[in-house]
Parts: sequence; structure tokens; C-alpha cells
Amino acid sequence: MMKEVEMAIVGAGPAGLSAAIEAAKAGVHVVLIDENKRPGGQLFKQTHKFFGTMEHYAGIRGIQIGERLLKETEDLGVEVLLNTTVWGIFNKDVLAFIQDEKGGQLKAKKILLATGANENPLPFPGWTLPGVMGAGAVQTLINIQRVLPGRRALMIGAGNVGLIVAYHLMQAGAEVIKVVEGKPTIGGWGVHASKLTRFGVPVETSKTIKRAEGNEKVERAVLVKIDKDWNEIPGTEEELNVDLICLAVGLGPMDDLAWIAGCKFEYLEELGGYIPKHDQYMETSIEGIYTAGDSAGIEEASVAIEEGRLAGVAIAHSLGYIEDREALKRKKEILKRLHELRKGPFGEASKKAKERLLLRRK
Amino acid sequence: MRIIDHPILGKLEIKSLVEIFVDGEAIEAIEGETIASALVASGRYVFRYTEKTGEPRGVFCAIGRCTDCLMMVDGIPNVRTCITPVKKGMKIETQKGLGEWKS
Repeated sequence: MMKEVEMAIVGAGPAGLSAAIEAAKAGVHVVLIDENKRPGGQLFKQTHKFFGTMEHYAGIRGIQIGERLLKETEDLGVEVLLNTTVWGIFNKDVLAFIQDEKGGQLKAKKILLATGANENPLPFPGWTLPGVMGAGAVQTLINIQRVLPGRRALMIGAGNVGLIVAYHLMQAGAEVIKVVEGKPTIGGWGVHASKLTRFGVPVETSKTIKRAEGNEKVERAVLVKIDKDWNEIPGTEEELNVDLICLAVGLGPMDDLAWIAGCKFEYLEELGGYIPKHDQYMETSIEGIYTAGDSAGIEEASVAIEEGRLAGVAIAHSLGYIEDREALKRKKEILKRLHELRKGPFGEASKKAKERLLLRRK
Repeated sequence: MRIIDHPILGKLEIKSLVEIFVDGEAIEAIEGETIASALVASGRYVFRYTEKTGEPRGVFCAIGRCTDCLMMVDGIPNVRTCITPVKKGMKIETQKGLGEWKS
């Protein structure tokens, strides 16, 4: 007999953990699945403090938020399957997985896909040389593994990830030679950029990488200025001696399972690409399958936490663990906080895109 | 290079060391860390050479997605070294092309 559960969550990052907590608190039997050997997603790589309000853990470091969420899931007795990769969804309610090289299946009344994101690559001549890596990869190596993959680093991309990881590299003992951004303006928060400029790290816009050079490993980078249409400006090439080139050029949602399940999608550039359409309580076009966090559109970890909570409450409600009036009250509270989080210039674009994505049910 | 002192994360705790072999050479690794981590700590960056053009590849995503860091481990080819923990006495080889099965 195949094991049957009330709720299965794929992905134990901020969204998955928060959903597990809300649902388990209401009494739902939750199974939380993650392919890594430790839950927490990318939270344990975030050594910096978060913004927002107290509800969103403002002023607390990502690693501490991760620890709090883990402790809560443990205290609530959430069943966690680690080293477990879900590779398929069958018949809308069966998850097929591989755990420690063995196959298995699990049937769930409700499924939440909280599978997060992939880093976008940036192809240029030399981009496959060892020493060119994703900013997330660098964060994993320095903050989790505690090894430094280079001493002289160049960061490509001045969004929040690029700015934050550049600072993390400095904390780890590397020299950050430069941060460049192809767009005419810095994409991340000013406060993150200021941290770098205070230490004399130049953050330069309208500039990108032309090629990486080196024998077996990165030794140099050639940068070039670009105009607003991303055309190279001849004669502006600049050579830098670096041994590490980090790519922080955005994230794309990881939605393989939603595609396999047959969910309806919509392309929204502001949210990182094709995103599964979902209603305001995170249920996709397939009844019983929910999405939350970056897999429902690239935003901040604090948004992922709230979306996870929302999905957790919605699932607990649909399973009959929370009565209608109470469920509505809790959903409204969370929606209000999401609204707060999406204020400001970056949030406004996400909010509009999310509205276009919204699945309206009859 | 290992990051021993960190302003936020504190001092690196090394519980126990194990010996592993990389292309026949013995190196020290921290028990529980990934193969990729041990290699980067020892200053190794080229993990394999591609099948068609023989170009070098190393760590790219570090979370088991991109498969750039594949190596031969204890006679098994195409092992994702960024998510595979070291074991005492493990034999790791730089992979050429698709590698070969030796076990």
C-alpha cells in the first residue's frame, strides 16, 4: 500500500517551512520533503539582517530565521523527509521520489510546491572556466562550507543578491575588486550598495563583462561599457586581474513539478519567467496543488514566508481543520502583510505582475 | 583556503579530519563536508575536462543543479561533488569526458 498523507510539501525553504508550521498548528498531518540533507533552503546562507517589520523578522539574520522556523517545525512534530528528490507528480495527488538512491511514492490530499528558484546563467566567452560561478554558489561555499573560492573577486550584477554576496565575500576575507551592473541604475537597495562603497568597492553601472580569460582557471576579466540598449561602446574595454567572477544576474522559478502536473502558466518577466497561475490563496489551476515562495514568482524571502503561511492556512481550511470565519480572518491578516511587503518601487512591479497572474475561480 | 575566523559566523569548528585521495594525492578533509569543499579548501579548481573539447570545468552552482563539478568517486563516474560528503579513504579522480566505471 502506498503511504497516504493529508498534506505534502516539496521544498523546506522559508515558504515550505512556514506552510508546514501553519498547517501543523491547525492539526494537519504534514510531510515536508527536501532534496538536501538539511532543511532551511537558502536561509542558512543569509548572514545579513532582514528588513521589514517584526512580523517579517526584521533585524534578524537569515540564519537565525532558519533556526527559528526549524525549531517550530520540530516542536510541532512535522514529519521531514530529507535527501529526498521528488521527480514527478502522477494523477494530481501522487508524488514520486528518490530517497537515498531508492524510489518511492507518496499520496497526498493536498500538495504544496515550494521548490524555490534557480540562478540565471550569463553566457560570455570564457564563462565556463573554473572560477566563474553563481553568486549563490559563492554564498554556499563561503557561508556554509566555509571555504574561499578566490581572493580577488568581480561581481556581475548589482541587484540585492550581487550587492549582498559581494559584502559576504569581504566578510570572508576576499577582496572585491568591483561590482558591475549592465543597467544604468543599481537594482538592489541603496543600503546594501552603501555598505560596499563605504569600504571603497566601486559599484559601476552601464558596464558588463565581455570575456573571462585564464589558463585552466580565471585569471582576468575584460569589462566593457554598454549603452542603454546593451550595445558595447567600442574602446571602453578594461582589463582586471581577478580569480573569481560571480554571476548575480537574477533568478528563475523552479517549477518542473508544476509543469509535470499540468498547471496553467503565464509568462511574467517581473516575477522571473513562467509562473504557475494561482488564486489569491496560492492554489494553482489544479485543485489541491498549491504553490508558494519563489516558485510562485521571484520575490524576497519575507514574501516567501507569508505566501507559505497563506498556503498553510488555506490547505488546513480546505481539509476542515480551520472553520470558515477563522480561516478568512487569518488569510486577510496575511494578505495585508503581503500588501505591506510589496510597497515601494520594487514591490509595486511584483504586485502588478501578481495581479495579472491571479487565477480567478468561478 | 578555509575561512577560519568570520565576523558573523565565528570561528570554524573542526570536529574531526579524514584523509581522502585526489588523483592519488592524500589531502585532509573535514568530516561531513562536501568533496567540492575539500577540493576548494586545498586550492583545487579543475574538477573535470569536457568530452568533446577537453575544456576544464569546476564548481558552478554548488547546490547539485548544474552538474559542472562531476568527478569520478570510488570508481563511479559523474558524481556531483558539490553535494556528496567526503568519506575516509575516498578516492577521487579528475574526470575526463564521461569518465568510466571502475567498480
